[in-house]
Amino acid sequence: MKLIKAIVRPNKVDDVKDALGRVGLPGMTVTEVRGHGKQKGHTAIYRGKEYDVSLLPKMEIEVVVPDNLVDDAVAAIITAARTGEIGDGRVFVIPVEQSYRIRTGERSEL
Amino acid sequence: MNAADNAWMLVCSALVLMMTGPGLALFYGGLVRQKNTLAIMMQSFVLMALITVLWALVGYSLCFSEGTPIIGGFGYALLRGVGVDPNADYGGTIPHMTFMVYQLMFAVITPALITGATAERMKFSGTVVFMTLWSVCVYAPLAHMVWGKGGLLNATLGGRFPTLDFAGGTVVHITSGVSALVCALYLGKRTGYPKEPMPPHSLVLSFIGACLLWVGWFGFNAGSALAANGLATSAFVATHFAAAAATLGWLAAEWTTRRRPSALGAISGAVAGLVAITPASGFVTPMAALFIGFAAGVVCFLMVTLVKGRFGYDDALDAFGVHGAGGTIGALLTGVFAAQAINPVFKDLQGRPLPVGWVDGNASQVGYQLVGIAVAWAFAAVGTIVLLKLTDLVVGVRVREDQEIEGLDLTEHGEEAYNLEM
Repeated sequence: MKLIKAIVRPNKVDDVKDALGRVGLPGMTVTEVRGHGKQKGHTAIYRGKEYDVSLLPKMEIEVVVPDNLVDDAVAAIITAARTGEIGDGRVFVIPVEQSYRIRTGERSEL
Repeated sequence: MNAADNAWMLVCSALVLMMTGPGLALFYGGLVRQKNTLAIMMQSFVLMALITVLWALVGYSLCFSEGTPIIGGFGYALLRGVGVDPNADYGGTIPHMTFMVYQLMFAVITPALITGATAERMKFSGTVVFMTLWSVCVYAPLAHMVWGKGGLLNATLGGRFPTLDFAGGTVVHITSGVSALVCALYLGKRTGYPKEPMPPHSLVLSFIGACLLWVGWFGFNAGSALAANGLATSAFVATHFAAAAATLGWLAAEWTTRRRPSALGAISGAVAGLVAITPASGFVTPMAALFIGFAAGVVCFLMVTLVKGRFGYDDALDAFGVHGAGGTIGALLTGVFAAQAINPVFKDLQGRPLPVGWVDGNASQVGYQLVGIAVAWAFAAVGTIVLLKLTDLVVGVRVREDQEIEGLDLTEHGEEAYNLEM
């Protein structure tokens, strides 16, 4: 069981969601985040005063997947979120030790 | 009494009130950071209430009743004798009460303009105390000197130095702008300024506010004719032309020196032009108005970029850079461009019109304008320092640093501007 954490462009969230659905993963958590990697920010000027906007808006998608679907899920995210320009984002795969379903309290393997 | 004049002046009174709320409140509200939105809007709104009560008690009397050349007396205190019969000195065709309520709206917006310099760090209690004192001790004398019968600078009602100020370049904009600078210096910089970015939280709000100011300004300037006559039309046209030229002036300066023409630049330019044309609006031709507006757009742009950056004062929303500088340029250029053909304000003993501004050949008018400017600057600067010191001793003027960081909306008013659901 793995946690896939993908940081993508805000306008790519729907594409990624659809792609994960096709892999057979219906559940996900999406968060608005800010950050930057290699992509430098831009400059805004208000009444002559310049501000560097270095932290850009991104969306973070978290999805927990069984081990056998990890490769398909990662490939789906990358295909859906890619534009080829700097600033497309990152995908991280993190091991998950345990998972519980709150409604029933049972330990689950998804 | 003339019904058309009265109808027009009541509409103008409402238009000028609209400049403070929502106009100025939105303009300033959008320029602050999100955590201080309600605090700055609240200052404008509370001044609408506070100055109104003060005006009824003593404010109007100190501005417009007969007294000394510096300040009026108590003849109209509690609005005694201010009824529906016209007062020949103050709009002879409208009820005295209409004149009173029209002038009130000017007294409301003037201190509200100062809050642009004290934004994001001045206590609400300090603002209330300071503005009350300021309205009585700085605004009332200036309004009396320039517009009151027998005032030191009055051009038509027996003043020693006839200063031309049609709608408040000295009384409203120089006093508020210079006081704003003094406030910014006394309060000190906002915590984190200029290192930390403090961009406007919503230029959309500012945009709406600026557009309301532009429209409201027709009441401010054209209404200062005190009648629905040709002079009102002339002032209306001059006002509009100056705002347009100033928008282009600011944008041209910004586009050539900072690469891009900004929306904030466009609306700031319009306001600068409206400020500068205020004293001149009832005296100058449309072509002169274009010149005054364009000049104000360029000069105010330089004030808020180069000059503010060079000297390092934190005039948070540029109350001095726009109102102080724009008002001063406008008052000066009024002496240059005031034309007898537009408004034969000066007459000889036989009632024949005399030259008015430099364009008519009366160069000495520029000198009188300088006297008016100097008096307004000095009075505003000294009065503001004394009153700030006094306020500081009584309730304090600046919030604690931790309150400033948390934001004035929460710490001063216990609420937030935006409680948006996810």
